[in-house]
Amino acid sequence: MRKLLWFLPFFVFLGMGVVLYKQLGTNPEYMPSALIGKPVPDFTLVSLQTNRVEDQSSLPKQAYLINFWATWCPTCEMEHAYLRELAQQGVPIVGIDYKDDSNKAQQWLATKGNPYQLVVTDELGKFGLDMGVTGAPETFVVNSKGIIVYRHQGDLNSTVWQEMKGYLK
Amino acid sequence: MIPEIGHFALILALFFSFCLSLVPLVGYWQKNTVLLHTARPLTYLMSFFVLVSFLLLALSFMTDDFSVLYVSQNSNSQLPIWYKFSAIWGGHEGSLLLWVLILSGWSSAVAIKSRSLPSEVGPVVLAVLGMVSLGFLSFMLFTSSPFVRVLPEVALDGRDLNPLLQDIGLIIHPPMLYMGYVGFSVAFAFAIAALITGNLSASWARWTRPWTSLSWAFLTLGITLGSWWAYYELGWGGWWFWDPVENASFMPWLAGTALVHSLAVTEKRGVFKSWTVLLAIFTFSLSLLGTFLVRSGVLTSVHAFAADPTRGIYILALLVVLIGGSLLLYGVRAGQVRARATFGVSGREAWLLLNNILLTVLTLTVLLGTLYPLIFDVFGLGRISVGAPYFNTVFSPIALLLIVFMAIGPFSKWQQTSTSILLKAVLWPAVFAVVVAAWLAYSNALGWIAWLTLSIALWAALLTLKDWFAKVSAGSKGIIPRARQLPRNYYGMMIAHLGMVVTLVGILLVSTSSHETTVKLSPGESVSFAGYEFHFDGISHLKGPNYIADRGAISVSKEGTFVSLLSPEKRFYSTSRQIMTEAGLDAGFTRDLYVSLGEKLADDAWGIRIYVKAFVRWIWLGGLMMMCGGLLSALDKRYRNKVRGANA
Amino acid sequence: MKLMKSFCIMVTLLLSSYAFADTLMTFSSELNQTRFQSLAKELRCPKCQNQDLADSQADIAKDLRIQIHDMIEQGKTDQEIVDYMVARYGDFVLYRPRYSAATAFLWGGPIALLLIGFVAFGWVLLRNKKRRAGKVL
Repeated sequence: MRKLLWFLPFFVFLGMGVVLYKQLGTNPEYMPSALIGKPVPDFTLVSLQTNRVEDQSSLPKQAYLINFWATWCPTCEMEHAYLRELAQQGVPIVGIDYKDDSNKAQQWLATKGNPYQLVVTDELGKFGLDMGVTGAPETFVVNSKGIIVYRHQGDLNSTVWQEMKGYLK
Repeated sequence: MIPEIGHFALILALFFSFCLSLVPLVGYWQKNTVLLHTARPLTYLMSFFVLVSFLLLALSFMTDDFSVLYVSQNSNSQLPIWYKFSAIWGGHEGSLLLWVLILSGWSSAVAIKSRSLPSEVGPVVLAVLGMVSLGFLSFMLFTSSPFVRVLPEVALDGRDLNPLLQDIGLIIHPPMLYMGYVGFSVAFAFAIAALITGNLSASWARWTRPWTSLSWAFLTLGITLGSWWAYYELGWGGWWFWDPVENASFMPWLAGTALVHSLAVTEKRGVFKSWTVLLAIFTFSLSLLGTFLVRSGVLTSVHAFAADPTRGIYILALLVVLIGGSLLLYGVRAGQVRARATFGVSGREAWLLLNNILLTVLTLTVLLGTLYPLIFDVFGLGRISVGAPYFNTVFSPIALLLIVFMAIGPFSKWQQTSTSILLKAVLWPAVFAVVVAAWLAYSNALGWIAWLTLSIALWAALLTLKDWFAKVSAGSKGIIPRARQLPRNYYGMMIAHLGMVVTLVGILLVSTSSHETTVKLSPGESVSFAGYEFHFDGISHLKGPNYIADRGAISVSKEGTFVSLLSPEKRFYSTSRQIMTEAGLDAGFTRDLYVSLGEKLADDAWGIRIYVKAFVRWIWLGGLMMMCGGLLSALDKRYRNKVRGANA
Repeated sequence: MKLMKSFCIMVTLLLSSYAFADTLMTFSSELNQTRFQSLAKELRCPKCQNQDLADSQADIAKDLRIQIHDMIEQGKTDQEIVDYMVARYGDFVLYRPRYSAATAFLWGGPIALLLIGFVAFGWVLLRNKKRRAGKVL
């Protein structure tokens, strides 16, 4: 027993080594959303196209995506084509025009096409805060019970979709 | 051609490091003096080729050879020449080469000095250093060679050095830091050699002491420079962020501080032998761990290198071999050591043991806080952050307690000190310090924590000076001759301890008596803040060698008299397309005026951040004093005496 | 050695259209301002590499600073503000981890180490005393 004590530093180091090994290759900047497992927070936001006030009741009743985007965000431009593809496949997408200029946003949708079933403007980014958004684009998956089940930061593309579509039910 | 020769030189260095880590050890086990004696020439050969490859990389930078990937990533033809040189260690590969260069520098220094060691100790020490070199050279050659070419599509110009690194502080900060980190490899090598040869007598402590003090001095300087650089370059006026990368340099410093003290006990009294060996391994292990944390991408930090898991795997393997191997060896051998000397409850040994315990606890606390988010994640508990609020809460009280012991310790005598004498010596200064601190805290409206901290700082300073005075005034010789007779080691300790006090006072006052504000100013407007009048004269545009900038002119006056003209800048580096803020600073002994440009608001108005930082210079002044203390100790005459064959 | 991967500052300046509101925060009392400053130092910017909200120039940090400011001025307590942040961004944003079973070792560790240290100190002294006594005999 006494003899083992001399090996204590060695064993502590081994434990630390295992922890460090497990952490290798993981993305230290990855931050899971705090809203997973919770319903979509309440909001009252103006629709981008119709000037109507929208709230919880306007959200789709089946599973859908919430996509934060803006015209100032170059990555949003990159993922736009893929969003349209998804929309064509029948995936319902709710767009949140995040901290943006409404006129520019309307123009963007007019020229690039509109993948969204519903687009609301979050000019001050308050709904973004409630959803724990840190920038654009960000996409959430909401299941048919209205619970947020997945969040992706960055552009949505076919690789990301492979992982994401399993949550959409 | 030049990069290829550089690469080849690295391969040769790798070959010699391989021989160095093997041949002398074979010689040691076979008692073959010829093989033992190869250690020194092998060390020189290895170091020579590392130096050659470093110089060739420097040449590639100087000649703007953008066919070399590393050069094109970290330099630019517009870059001023001194930054082209410092760009060598601006990225992962080159800084690793600097690491290895410094390691060979230390190895060669040990080789030169090893003539005075017993004949079998020197070669074994060099072989251990060779193993460390072997590990890092192979790491560099297999995963991160700085000489990789991008042929045939050569970049027309380089991507430029990160603008944050284009700064005098960053030219000298990394080399000094590495001198410290890597210098602890010497103590490590002596410790491992002692374990291998089984000669754990106190003599290894004497051989190790000057090397350790010297590395400690370099590391102190490196950390001080880093803190100073972050203060003026990051533009936030902070001087320490408890960032994982900062912690990675701070942990070896804490452990190294413990090592410097425990080596003293082991050398003088022959106690704590196995503990000191463990501490030497621990200190260098923390240096290696720091390298891993910075380069493997497991942590997020503003200072981390680009992440690459394969590199991470390699360094981790290196860690397991070097640290794991050493700790295993320690487990096998350390149990055999028996201390014969004894000491009493209030002897100096006991005080230094307390010092070591507290420093170890502090080191492990920083380690725990730095790694806890990783541990948390591994167990699937989610992601958390451990930052400055945690460290300040947990670290500060223990550190203060340590300074209390630092104050008393030097008064104690080896083996046994009479408690009443000790009490008498420290009591009156304590009363004096508490009263003066109370007055200071009251008149400046500081809280009780500040009062307590100031008392301890004052008390420690008084005791340190009192001890010196007692030593020089005793006897009949007169003060000056006696003062000159005291060993450099003693002065080293005294200055380092006073430096600690100065830093402590700086930390306390900058956190309690500083002021900051953000204001909107148009040219011609002024604002009164913390007793100063800040007048915004206007903005001018200027063009630097590789950037364009807006420079603000803010003249500061106090009660109508002009104090200083501050010129904060906002620079745009065109190649890397990055924007940097350069603070406008007026440094002073008791306060810094610090201004940085925020955003341009409507019309001509700018958002301007103003800080008045009390006593912030003291933090680094103390750091410099500690460094001087370390240097003085390392240069003590005692270590220069030949100890050939001495086995005391 | 301090190479940075990407830096929050650079993003900001290129899209600085929303930036100004934050520079000119006014507080109704000195206490509120102090509370703001200390809260901004306790909370981590969720998108930066490792910076608190006070130091970060990222857009999201500015938004969160404005949010803290507004909540303070609305009379919310510090705890309410912290809970608000945690509900949206998780425990990740707290630089001072909350006390829980999972952080017990983080908070208790240093104290435990200190105790172990003092016990070890006592043990070494005791052993020494015994050996000294043995020597005298």
